[in-house]
Parts: sequence; structure tokens; C-alpha cells
Amino acid sequence: MTSVPLLDVKDLSVEFRTRGGIVKALDRVDFSVEKGEMIAIVGESGSGKSVSAYTIMGILDPAGKATSGSAVFGGQDLLRAKESELRELRGREMSMIFQNPRVALNPIRRVGAQIADVLIEHGGVTRAEAPGRAIDMLKKVRIPDPERRAKAYPFELSGGMCQRIMIAIALACSPKLLIADEPTTGLDVTTQAVIMDLIAELGAAQGMSTVLITHDLGMAAEYCNRIVVMHAGHVVETAPTAELFNNPRHPYTARLIAATPRPTASLRGLASIPGSLPDLRATHIPPCRYSLRCERKTPDCDKPLPVHRQKDGALVACWNPL
Amino acid sequence: MTDQTPPKETPLLDVTALYKLFAVGKPAARFKRPVKEWLQAAGPSPKLHAVDNVNFTIARGETMGLVGESGCGKSTLVRLLTRLLDPTDGSIRLNGEEIGQMPAKGFGSSPYRPRVQMVFQDATDSLNPRYTAFDAIADPINRLKPMPSADLAKRVAELADLCGLPQALLSRFPHQLSGGQKARVGIARAIAVDPELLILDEPTAALDVSVQVVILQLLDDLKQRLGMSYLFVSHDLNVVRLLCDRVMVMYLGKIVEIGPADSVFRNPRHPYTQALLSAIPHFEPGAASARIRLGGEPRSPIDPSPNVCRFMGRCPKSIAQCETAMPHLRPMAPGHEASCHLAEPDADLVKVIA
Repeated sequence: MTSVPLLDVKDLSVEFRTRGGIVKALDRVDFSVEKGEMIAIVGESGSGKSVSAYTIMGILDPAGKATSGSAVFGGQDLLRAKESELRELRGREMSMIFQNPRVALNPIRRVGAQIADVLIEHGGVTRAEAPGRAIDMLKKVRIPDPERRAKAYPFELSGGMCQRIMIAIALACSPKLLIADEPTTGLDVTTQAVIMDLIAELGAAQGMSTVLITHDLGMAAEYCNRIVVMHAGHVVETAPTAELFNNPRHPYTARLIAATPRPTASLRGLASIPGSLPDLRATHIPPCRYSLRCERKTPDCDKPLPVHRQKDGALVACWNPL
Repeated sequence: MTDQTPPKETPLLDVTALYKLFAVGKPAARFKRPVKEWLQAAGPSPKLHAVDNVNFTIARGETMGLVGESGCGKSTLVRLLTRLLDPTDGSIRLNGEEIGQMPAKGFGSSPYRPRVQMVFQDATDSLNPRYTAFDAIADPINRLKPMPSADLAKRVAELADLCGLPQALLSRFPHQLSGGQKARVGIARAIAVDPELLILDEPTAALDVSVQVVILQLLDDLKQRLGMSYLFVSHDLNVVRLLCDRVMVMYLGKIVEIGPADSVFRNPRHPYTQALLSAIPHFEPGAASARIRLGGEPRSPIDPSPNVCRFMGRCPKSIAQCETAMPHLRPMAPGHEASCHLAEPDADLVKVIA
């Protein structure tokens, strides 16, 4: 680990103020993304995957606040950057693909114009050139008949097409970092494969780093070099993909793999994960947020959580790793 | 082909030549007469072929999987079978009795209604937010098989136990329940009136993997205990493989492949099924298969040509014949049929037919 990672998130904690009390959504989250690398963040709903992404992009809900840590991107700490500085970075240096393209796109603007907007705002393209460049982007994401589709409204396009438009918008200014938040939920399996191939190919061609946020372990395995497993706002394990599946070290990771349907497993061979996520509003959250669900719990688990790091960047946060 | 055909008993559900065509761009009835006449002279309005000559059976105690992409007619087929929609043509027989001819409007009060029930995709959206779990489960009983309130309370408690829903949660409203608990309420409600056929529309799509496993195991248990048949609609082929005895694959209103789950997953014959299977992401070493990626857009389902294969344009293997003749389902292996000109039946099956 000699090179400086493109994005280095350290010790990141985020709290939300709600009527029900303070929710400790993220607690000392650590992960990094190298240049040109594709990593996945996986976990159940409520594990803090999207909150991590929103915090990095600086688009967190006003009720949420980063209380500690840093997210260094190209030498600049995003958590301490001014809004104007973030605006400069977003779109040009880092961009994001959202979960539901139909909701994320402007319903009353033609899709070509939406791509052109980004190019004019962040790409330094003139108003005269922008429509032509937008059509080039549509070609790049392999939309058939781009000249005609540029004039379409989002409702005239299928879900897969809308997601391609989102990708075109996100990649318009050749960002260094792309955060894809569940980019294929709600799409058909065949479309999902095409969209993921597209993200992977375009990313590789531009030397872009990608953070894929997903709950689908299979998809993470197929496209990513490294996987970060989150549970209730903690990073419980980080490891290279093959290592994580062959030799999971955190009990939660092992459980998650065992619960995922796969070709060789029978229905009885799958094991669920007992219990549910702890209430993150509580004032006394156990140091290991998985300990209430864990069958390997020992008295040690009530002590502050140890983080074991390996030299290849792998990490496991557990007293009794497998 | 004698020893391979299963003994002839009446299947629980027998669907033959089922069609549902939707008229699109139909002239509005409120138009003045001259306009109406002019429109009538222009010929019949174009038809969207949502379900186009679909044939299949489901045996007692069998789980049939239904897969296909959005827009392929899965939901229309489900709505026809649950009799929420009237078919354009064809028959739906439940236990040998025709239920396809009964108008959908009157089906709700027919004696057949309790026999076909459904579990909906999104447990949150399909539960009434003002009904407690108890009300939700008791509602179909009150409507279809009314009983005295003392019995009702007992029956609801029994159903909750059956579905693994703690009885203490029965007084809660949907927003106070977790995703898995809501899924259980949805299932308990569907089985409350002892259906023979349960239609499950992506019952686990919104759940996390850890909860999904429990719900799938619950469904499998219930099927064995109550002897129901399932029609399981899903996007997730790994889930279909786990739960289903047989699978049918739908593409633009037609069944393109149907057969025992083992056979279809081991040796898919239709290029669309092959593409579907190769698109499943997986993490098991050695499970990698050749990637088939579908380009292009699906053909329009509006007045499709009867002589062109529906998969034409996206099919990586298409030949000239695909544009001149519509392929039909042909036997490929015991109980396994596919509709593709290029599909090769098993060698031993060819011998048997010859």
C-alpha cells in the first residue's frame, strides 16, 4: 500500500438528529478506493451503505452530520470542503448514479438536454456544442438511434434506457470516481447484466474508480476487486473478492454468504441470519453491533471493537474472527 | 413416448389457448357519431398481445415458476388466473371446472374465489395501513368464509402460528412491523381461506437475503403441510431454482420454454433462457458460464407479425427462417419444451418420437 488511494475514508461517523433521538448511522467507517479500482459496499438495508455515499458526495440530508473522520479525495478532505468547492468536484471529478433513474431524472426535460446541462455546467462545453456532445454520450452508452432518443422525455424510455441516460450524465465529464448506488435494482436480469458490463467497460476505458453499492453479493463478486461488508453502520470486513468468499473472517460475512441463494445450494442448505439490526437510537449500543445476533459472542465482545488489519488492505472488526 | 407420460389425472390448473389482447388507441365512446363512424371505417384498433396462446398445467402440490422480463405479460397472466381480468379467449380450468368464462366482476363472490389466492409483491403497499395484522388476516375470512368472532380469533391466531408471526404482533399496524413480518402477514392472509392454488408474485423481491431465506423456507413448509400448489413469479432465477418443480419462461406474451426446473437450468434450449441464465451474477468458482448479452430492444407487442419469432432482433442466433415462420413449442427432453427453430431435442427423445 505505497500509492495514495484516490479516495480514503477514515474514521467516518455520521449521526442523524430525529424526533426519536440521535441515530448513530455510521460509526468509524474506514475504506479506501485505489485509482481504476472497482469496489463494492455490501450489506442489508439500513447498514449505512447509502449514507456513506451521500456523505462523501456532500449530499447528506440536513438532519445528518459527520461527527468525526475524514474523506480525502485527491488531497482534499471532502467533509471540510466548502459547498462551492464540492460543486466544482461533483460532476467533474466524482459523480453518482442513483437507484431509481426515473425518479432521479427530471421528468419534464428532454434527456439530451439533461446531459447537455452537465457538460455546460461542469465540462466547459459551449452551449452550441453541448447538444452534439450529448448525442456522443448517448452513443457511448449504446443507445440505439441517439439523435432521436436525445429528444425523448424520461417517461418515453424503458427503465434500462433511463439508467443508461443516468450513466451518460454521470460519465459526461469523465470523472475520476463514480459512486453507483444500487444501479440495477428494479431492472431485469438481462438488462442488469448489460448495464453492469457498461459501467465496468467505460470505467476501465477511462481509468475511473467505481464504488458499487449493492445488496447482491453475486453482483459484487462478478464485477469488483474488493468488497467492503457493512453491518449497522460498521465496516465489519474488507477483503479482496476471492479471499472474502473463500475465507470469510467475520461471522456476519459468513452468514451473509450462506444466506444468498446460489446454484449449488438447496433451500434447506441456506441459513438465515437470526435477529435484526440493533436500534441505532439507543444510548447504549454494544461496541460490536453484530454481537446481539452473533453465535460466537464471548464476554470480550463487550469491550471496544478491535480492528485487525492485514498488509493487503484487508480488515476485519471482530474479537473472534473465523 | 409411452412410459414417460405421467398418469392422466386432472391437473389442478389447466390453461389452454389463453389469450388477452388489449385494444390500444381505441376511439373514446364519447365521440360524436360521425367521428365514430369514421373511426369504425378505419378498421379495428390495434391490439396489444399481452398473453398470446398460453398453454400449461399445474398439478396438485406442484410449484411452477414463471420468469420473464418486465412487459412480457407475466402480470397479465397472473391477473387472468386470479380472475381479476377477463381473458379475450381460451379456457382456465380449476380442477376440471371452467372458471375462465365467469366475468371478473362477479368472481369475487363466486365459490371459486377462496380457491385461488395471491401473495403480492410489495408487502407494504398491499396491506391496508389502517388495518392491524389481525384485521388484514381476518378480512378474507369475513368476506369469503364468515365465522363467529370467537372462532375467528382462534383461526387468526392459528394462521399467525402457521406463518411464524408472533401473536403479540397481531394488534400492530403495518408501519410497526418489519419487512419480514409484513411478508408473513401477506402470506397468512392469502392462506386464510384454504386456497388450492396460491399465486406468489415476487414475494421476496423487497426483502434482504437474510430474511428472504426464512420466507422461502416458510413457503416450502406451508406447501407441504397444506398441500397447496404454487405459481411462483420471480425475477430471481436462483430463487426459482430453489423452490420450483417446473419453470416456464415467458417472452412477449408467449411461453418460449417450459419444463422441469432441473432440465431447464441444466440445459436451457431457448436462446432467451440461455441469456437469462448467463446473466445471473454468481460467486461460486467454476460456475462461470459463457456470457450472453442481449442487444437491441424487444419487439413491439402491438399487432406482432404472426410469422416472425418474437425474439427476433435481440436473438444472438437468429437465422433467415426466424423471420418467415413463428417457432412453436416442441419437445426437447422429457416434459421439457422450447420454441426455437434452432433448438435440438435430446437424441434419445428423437428416437422415441420416431
